[in-house]
Amino acid sequence: MKVIIVGCGKIGATLTARMAKEEHDVIVIDNDPAVLKEITERHDVIGFCGNATSYDSLTEAGVAGCDLFIAVTGSDEFNMLSCFVARKIGAKHTVARVRNSEYNNDGFHYMMEQLELSMSVNPELMMAQAIFNILKLPSVAKVETFSDRRQELVEVVLRQGSPLDGMTLSDIRKKFPGKYLVAVIRHGEEVHIPSGHSVLHGGDHIALISATPDMHRILKMLGLVQKQVRDVMVLGASTTSYYLARLLIGAGNSVKIIEKNPERCEEVCERLSGATVIQGDCMHQDLLAEEGLDKMDAVVALTGRDEENILISFYAMSQGVGKVVSKVNQDELGALSEKLGLDSILSPKVIISDVLAQYARALENSEGSKVETLYSLMNGAAEALEFNVLSDFPFANIPLRDLTLTGGTLLAAITRGSACIIPGGDDVILPGDRVVIVAAGISVYDLEDIFRRK
Amino acid sequence: MNHRMIYFTTGSVLITEAALLLLPLLVSIIYRETCAWAFLITIGITLAVGGLICLTMRPKDRTLFSKEGLVIVALAWIAVSFFGALPFVISREIPVFIDAFFETVSGFTTTGATILDNVEIMSHGLLFWRSFTHWIGGMGVLVFVMAVTVRVPERSIHILRAEMPGPIVDKLVPRARTTAMILYIIYIAMTALEVIFLLAGGMPFFDSLVHSFGTAGTGGFGIRNGSITSYSPYLQWVIAVFMFLFGINFNLYYLMLLRKFSSALRSTELWVYIGIMLGATGLICYNIFSLCSGFAEALRLSFFQASSIMTTTGYTTANISLWPTLSKAVLLTLMLIGGCAGSTAGGFKVSRVVILFKSLVGRLRRVLHPRTVTVVKMEGKRIDDDTLSGVHSYLALCTLSTVLVFLLLCLEKDSVFTIETNLSAAITCFNNIGPLFSPTLSSFSAYSGFSKFVLSVAMLLGRLEIYPLLLTCLPSTWLKK
Repeated sequence: MKVIIVGCGKIGATLTARMAKEEHDVIVIDNDPAVLKEITERHDVIGFCGNATSYDSLTEAGVAGCDLFIAVTGSDEFNMLSCFVARKIGAKHTVARVRNSEYNNDGFHYMMEQLELSMSVNPELMMAQAIFNILKLPSVAKVETFSDRRQELVEVVLRQGSPLDGMTLSDIRKKFPGKYLVAVIRHGEEVHIPSGHSVLHGGDHIALISATPDMHRILKMLGLVQKQVRDVMVLGASTTSYYLARLLIGAGNSVKIIEKNPERCEEVCERLSGATVIQGDCMHQDLLAEEGLDKMDAVVALTGRDEENILISFYAMSQGVGKVVSKVNQDELGALSEKLGLDSILSPKVIISDVLAQYARALENSEGSKVETLYSLMNGAAEALEFNVLSDFPFANIPLRDLTLTGGTLLAAITRGSACIIPGGDDVILPGDRVVIVAAGISVYDLEDIFRRK
Repeated sequence: MNHRMIYFTTGSVLITEAALLLLPLLVSIIYRETCAWAFLITIGITLAVGGLICLTMRPKDRTLFSKEGLVIVALAWIAVSFFGALPFVISREIPVFIDAFFETVSGFTTTGATILDNVEIMSHGLLFWRSFTHWIGGMGVLVFVMAVTVRVPERSIHILRAEMPGPIVDKLVPRARTTAMILYIIYIAMTALEVIFLLAGGMPFFDSLVHSFGTAGTGGFGIRNGSITSYSPYLQWVIAVFMFLFGINFNLYYLMLLRKFSSALRSTELWVYIGIMLGATGLICYNIFSLCSGFAEALRLSFFQASSIMTTTGYTTANISLWPTLSKAVLLTLMLIGGCAGSTAGGFKVSRVVILFKSLVGRLRRVLHPRTVTVVKMEGKRIDDDTLSGVHSYLALCTLSTVLVFLLLCLEKDSVFTIETNLSAAITCFNNIGPLFSPTLSSFSAYSGFSKFVLSVAMLLGRLEIYPLLLTCLPSTWLKK
């Protein structure tokens, strides 16, 4: 698919990498030749230097035939104008990054309609929602929902000394029977699809899939669940903090925000009712102790600086806070702190890339490929893909024990109507089902490709 | 440095070469020649070595940086030349290995310099392979591999850059693999077109294939001792025109396919190329007029030779050694310029000459008005300082390499190796042209093994534009620190 990305900032660069990896034909537009040079050396894309709101530049860049046009520069107005022009030239779908909360209200629908925008992305809001999802299930590093939220896939970090440490999957299944499946195991840097003989170790990341209503119970049974989060401390009063606090307060949690800048404090205080806003430097441990950091169920580090976020997170962990979420923008820092023991590290650019990659897949799907939705797991080393089973599916009605799957893939879940099936040997796939496939190391484009008769 | 990836890619290049060797094998089977065995054995060896490398060197990490790209290209070219030389040696038609290596390097680098004093006694299979190496080397061995492999590494642009000649290498479309495919499709189509035109002129099928390969790659291996001289004027015109066409940047053909004629015709390089070609043709035509039977012949000979030398093909239709000095001097100048960037031609490249000229003008203006601000522009776009200094240093490297090769050739003791002969050998090999302008020698066979090796290196240096080979030979490329 032909994708044009405007803006090579943090989000633009991550998005470009992701889209190139997904084998789209990517053209990147920016007005800085140096940035373009770097990105074209790193990824298999073409750079185009020019002003992305000018009709001539966009025409020359080949917008007329493009399937997806994404504008993610720092300026909302620039993005919207650029998308508008691109749409008029002939881009099939346009996506603009619009972050100003003044645009994100009911009236925005009118704007989107008039600008013929297919979608708008707001990194801060998406980030807040992702954090909120994690706080709902505090032992979990990441949550993805499938099949209209009927199935849930969670990434969990196995603690050292957990009862599962050292057990094989078949032993675990015998000891803890239930409707769940371990779909992916990440041991250090190595990611693989497990078999019954695979052994879990402390420190492993595992992806677990189950029906949404059962998830909490199953995590509890496996000893993976921690206390439900009630009191949350948010460090830094960024826009993300504001969105997150709004979500948390709406769900009945108590929220304490700490922010250095007094004006910002007042601003947030004015717009948020129900949150406690403290003015002070969150790098001061005295202040944190005074505000009862150690008694919090969760701490979310959302200051503007990666280093501060990482340090505060480690401090919070050392004080015994059950759940610590940190925002880290730089990939290298994120990977490093994950190695050192932080489990929930998020960055808006990865979240946006995930969402837009899914959107691109969905668009492609409507024009041929069969993947319904796609989620990246374990930092992109594995993927969970959802398919709709069509009526001409050649392996329908055959018990799964008579079928083999291509190496590196796993049939993780089947949704039939409102029922969720965690598949075993007796189960069959029927037309009309929605199935979730987990794949590591290979790309799956069609459901039929991975099955074979025994 | 990602060693596994380097060896793996080289291995897959060898496997591709084994597959390509099936074509000459087929030819020798059709002609019922014994050299079929030589091809079979070579395919076996190449496949075994390539397969072994690929199996043992499966890369975990597929990341490439520009360093790896350069090393891959250098190693792959050395490897294909080495294994490509085997059929000549095994069939005993060129019994000495260094001779066969020289011939193969000359083939792949599209030089067309030969050590054979009599090509007409060679078997069809080997003649086909010799010319086929031109065709593969013209567009690039790795570009071909990239076009046919399913999974290309993400940063394969570095390989593309290292193999494609010219100061600025850009992709036609976002993906490197698609770019490689488009280039080869245009290349195949144009080659096929030439075959058709030659067949229409009554040239036998085998001859038209071989000459089309030689023209397409701008190589210059023929199958007759007198090169193209013995063919009819029509066939000479066809070959001359196609040589000219293959010397043009392939990006322009792609633009024309997309019906963007105006942006294709905006290319400065194209017009300078045409201008130089026409000017040279005119000068030579005027100069040799008295030697010819009429204007038509003078025009044909001069255009053919200008086109052949400027695109670094090296076919001849007349004995140039007998031409007046002015014509020879014009041809020598054309040799140093070469074809357009992004074409199959070798040499210094027209675009570099244009950039150099423009920056020189800017320099002169700066001498007159020290505070002038100058910006070198080409086709409406600014040439950044990086590219500019790249062109300057390439000029220095070219001069240096040619001089070095020339000095090494002068180690030959025999008196037939005059200064003129050695200088022409160095220039013709380094710029991938082929014919030797010498009153004393007709082919490279008289040179010693050492000189042939030096000339082979010169050809590779010229084709790959120095850096890949140079960097591969530097110890600091391989050391961990």
